[in-house]
Amino acid sequence: MSKQGKMDCGRRRLIVATAAVGGAGAVAALVPFVSSLLPSERAKAAGAPVEVDISKLEPGQMMTVEWRGKPVWIINRTKDMLETLTKLNDAVADPKSDKEQQPAYAKNQTRSVKPEIMVAVGICTHLGCSPSQKFKQGAEEGMGAEWLGGFLCPCHGSTFDFAGRVYKSKPAPTNLEVPPHVYLTDTRILIGDDKKGA
Amino acid sequence: MAAGNYEKYKSDGSIGGNVLEWVDARFPATSMWKGHLSEYYAPKNFNFWYFFGSLALLVLVIQIVTGIFLVMHYKPDAALNANGVPIAFASVEYIMRDVPGGWIIRYMHSTGASAFFIVVYLHMFRGLLYGSYRKPRELTWLFGVGIFLVLMGEAFFGYLLPWGQMSFWGAQVIVNLFSAIPVIGPDLSIIIRGDFVVGDATLNRFFSFHVIAFPLVLLGLVAAHVLALHETGSNNPDGIDIKEKKDEHGIPLDGIPFHPYYTVKDIVGVIVFLMAFSAVLFFAPEGGGYFLETPNFYPADPLKTPPHIAPVWYFTPYYSILRAMVWNFFGLDAKFWGVVGMGASVVIFAFLPWLDRSPVRSIRYRGPITKVMITIFVICFFILGYLGTLSPSPMGELISQVCTVFYFGFFLGMPWWSRMDKFKPVPDRVTMK
Repeated sequence: MSKQGKMDCGRRRLIVATAAVGGAGAVAALVPFVSSLLPSERAKAAGAPVEVDISKLEPGQMMTVEWRGKPVWIINRTKDMLETLTKLNDAVADPKSDKEQQPAYAKNQTRSVKPEIMVAVGICTHLGCSPSQKFKQGAEEGMGAEWLGGFLCPCHGSTFDFAGRVYKSKPAPTNLEVPPHVYLTDTRILIGDDKKGA
Repeated sequence: MAAGNYEKYKSDGSIGGNVLEWVDARFPATSMWKGHLSEYYAPKNFNFWYFFGSLALLVLVIQIVTGIFLVMHYKPDAALNANGVPIAFASVEYIMRDVPGGWIIRYMHSTGASAFFIVVYLHMFRGLLYGSYRKPRELTWLFGVGIFLVLMGEAFFGYLLPWGQMSFWGAQVIVNLFSAIPVIGPDLSIIIRGDFVVGDATLNRFFSFHVIAFPLVLLGLVAAHVLALHETGSNNPDGIDIKEKKDEHGIPLDGIPFHPYYTVKDIVGVIVFLMAFSAVLFFAPEGGGYFLETPNFYPADPLKTPPHIAPVWYFTPYYSILRAMVWNFFGLDAKFWGVVGMGASVVIFAFLPWLDRSPVRSIRYRGPITKVMITIFVICFFILGYLGTLSPSPMGELISQVCTVFYFGFFLGMPWWSRMDKFKPVPDRVTMK
């Protein structure tokens, strides 16, 4: 400012321009820091598909494999377990699996490729805990008397049926995710990819 | 300038005096000592509740010192060692078993975390009782709320480091909370984790935040909190302004120098605190499963959630509020509203200076409505805290919903109920009860 208290507009414009260029530089300098917070190339590459042999999985049993650091459940469902699914159509939030939580080939009543074999990511869609098995009907495992079997998330109490469908009025917003998977043979599943020979 | 300072602080001729004069001409040593301690006049009627500010400072020092020594042995690495145990988990066990004195340093740090929250909650409650947040101390209060938020972040990051089951699944749940935010949520949670799942990248960045970023911010906020307090002067149990009655030297009639009066008084508090702290340290270092939770003695297993997971006690009231939100509003998931409720329940403390419309600050001169409201609030806070440690149940859900309504009702109704109350006339000078 000059002695008369008048502003030198030319100088003021230069100050604004300098500050704008410097500010743009400061913002540009943020880019490497923010991008360093994103998953690294190695983390992105870690999502390789997993091959699973299910020949020893008896009816009524469940096995867990790790895919992309998450538990993937494979459940060999019995006739009784499958029958509960139709009974529960009114009790679950998304009976027809309308929300995109499964590949198109698993959008059916059993949410699976083969009716008896269920493949699902065992991570609750609420806040990411892994639900526990409550396979026995009735109150035996601490559930209500009308319980037909399925899963209970220990963190916030969401319940799921044998097809990973979430019950109504529970904190979890959607059914459990069905990962892309494909049968390489009758007893070998590739999880994480749905094209044979990939 | 320098000449002026030489005039202001004259040496008495001794060697020490000469050194001090030399320093004072270059650095405000004596003026800071006087301004913040020997000539900082605090009200003479501080009671029991006024111990907790200096105790919080003590716990901060304990945490920093023990933390420095823990970092010398701890390794933030989620990879498995030759025995199939995650290296981070094994390094904590190594500190506990093989490092000489390691166990007590680690227990001091883990007990210190809970002690920090006990002391800070009591310190905040004091503010609530005596209206310490009221004008002109709003900024002191806001810096304090900032300290509380940073402390919660610090505790949360720190809890992941032992890489136990509760560390892992607690972080999994809290990070996933952010994914509930519409539009940006899913990407935000990936940026926080640095991976698609909680893993090594998450552990390392939490370590960085826990030992560098957050402690630096915390120290800055603590300095701002104390500077703002010393600018306005301390409140007191009567909630009246001691600066209104001064003697001929401009010193408040009811003020006494912080040093030596309150430094000496605070030493009594420190001793009592250290007795309780040591008792926990030596006889119940896990705090009955509340300070260190049992599942955290198992290494993190990404495939299996422990049958019962709950946050550490100091987070449970807010966690209960999260769980109490089970309805979808405005087309947004209950999950999102849970996050909003939890965030709001913490941030709402920041608005107290503007919510409280009572004509007097201290509860001593406020009527039955205030006393009833504060009692209900404290009871609800404890119930929410207790329910947050339990597994979800329909009854617990209902009770936590009721308590959540009272919790927010206390704050949101305050502009009305704080004015409706009956008030007693405040005294001219502080009282010594």
